[in-house]
Amino acid sequence: MSDILTDGKAATAPHDGLSVLEQRRSTAETFGIPLAVLAELTHRCPLQCPYCSNPLELDRGGTELTTEEWKKVLTELAEIGVLQIHFSGGEPTARKDLVELVQHASDVGLYSNLITSAVLLTREKLSALADAGLCHVQISFQGNEPMVADRVAGLKKSHEKKLEVAKWTRELDLPLTVNAVMHRQNLHQLSDIIQMAVDLDADRLEVANVQYYGWALKNRAALMPTVAQIEETSRIVEEAEVRLKGILAIDYVVPDYYALRPKKCMGGWGRQFFNISPAGKILPCHAAESITGLEFLSVRSNHSIAWIWQNSEAFNRYRGTGWMPEPCKSCEFREVDFGGCRCQAFALTGDAGNTDPACTLSPMHEQIFKQAEQEAASDNNRFLYRNFAGGTLEAEDKHGA
Amino acid sequence: MAVSRNISVSEASRPKLPRHAKLKFDETRQVWVILAPERVLAPDEIAVEVLQLCDGVRSVSDMIDQLTAKYAAPREAIATDVVAMLQDLADKGFLTEAREKTS
Repeated sequence: MSDILTDGKAATAPHDGLSVLEQRRSTAETFGIPLAVLAELTHRCPLQCPYCSNPLELDRGGTELTTEEWKKVLTELAEIGVLQIHFSGGEPTARKDLVELVQHASDVGLYSNLITSAVLLTREKLSALADAGLCHVQISFQGNEPMVADRVAGLKKSHEKKLEVAKWTRELDLPLTVNAVMHRQNLHQLSDIIQMAVDLDADRLEVANVQYYGWALKNRAALMPTVAQIEETSRIVEEAEVRLKGILAIDYVVPDYYALRPKKCMGGWGRQFFNISPAGKILPCHAAESITGLEFLSVRSNHSIAWIWQNSEAFNRYRGTGWMPEPCKSCEFREVDFGGCRCQAFALTGDAGNTDPACTLSPMHEQIFKQAEQEAASDNNRFLYRNFAGGTLEAEDKHGA
Repeated sequence: MAVSRNISVSEASRPKLPRHAKLKFDETRQVWVILAPERVLAPDEIAVEVLQLCDGVRSVSDMIDQLTAKYAAPREAIATDVVAMLQDLADKGFLTEAREKTS
């Protein structure tokens, strides 16, 4: 997922009277409460995408916060100054109480966004969500046609259903973001996906290259794009951004294995974002539980959410720049990217306190770049599908179709 | 379709905020904000004043009259500024034209 807040590229023209709030009130010094929070209501999902951003160890249904617990959380978030809530998962519509939770978010004054695979929605359900005050819908797409899309999702008829729900979304006058997660096996469809977003009357398109931790790391060999694909992707996105100005806004997340600088992950650890896991843990990012040795506190603990954000050991461990080793410590970009992604550093080096190997200054960069190139050139196209059973390898005859 | 979203602001327009853009006073930070998908924006005082007048009923012409009276400034100067500001907000997707059938 891209940063929740814009980095100020848009809406900063001098005469429009607007400025981007995050820029004016930087949380870097104060660790002010984030403007937006991601609520992962459940890890249950009918899709089995091999790059799922949920952790390998999924929270079981029985451990999920109850309706009353989520409502209490929403009230508390609004009270401490959170303005937007993103209902995500897993598949948030798998929760039977979603309408009730959206209504509660509206009642306490939160701006609500639904991040969904759409396959469980009916028109009645979507209409009820709109009536409950839902402000925005984001639907994930795995391709631009069923052959690729249904295979990646690991669910038949899913693409067809998504198209239908996207139409309902616009008929109900809800703004629509199309989220397209891109990798070696669907990047050839990018131009068509952009056109699909225009045809669906979407306001925004997120072209998000897979980020490789958790499930995606397990599937890296089947997903890693080639350098040539990435160059073509950047060209297509740049051309579309110009051509579709005022029609479709495009957010582009580059694959950082091929970048020179690492991404400013989550805007910096514990700086402007947290999410809440299905079981109620407050996390600096949705993959943070992959880092072992950090204790994440829950809303079920006897601490307030604000206390956990400001004082817990897990949030303070990698905040700011004080924790940094070289080459980050003396790097002129240390407050630009905050050393990159802690989860990626942990996954690839075994220590979350190391420089993210996506950075060319990391001693491991060359190695992971070469590995990415090799994997991209391989013909290992078989997916390990995400599920509660630790993953299921795609049938031998289905892949690489 | 996409065309309907790109409105052209004139004195006859009756703009309002679309459902995905919400103007609200943030008690915690003591600033006015516009909440939009994936973004929180901080409008300045003048933008807030103008946006509060955008109710889908009032015409831009009425707004200009109101502001002219309040600030005792030449109508022409205010008209130019207000239309430019509204057009800019509309281009960014924060204003829409009131429909015949108001929701």
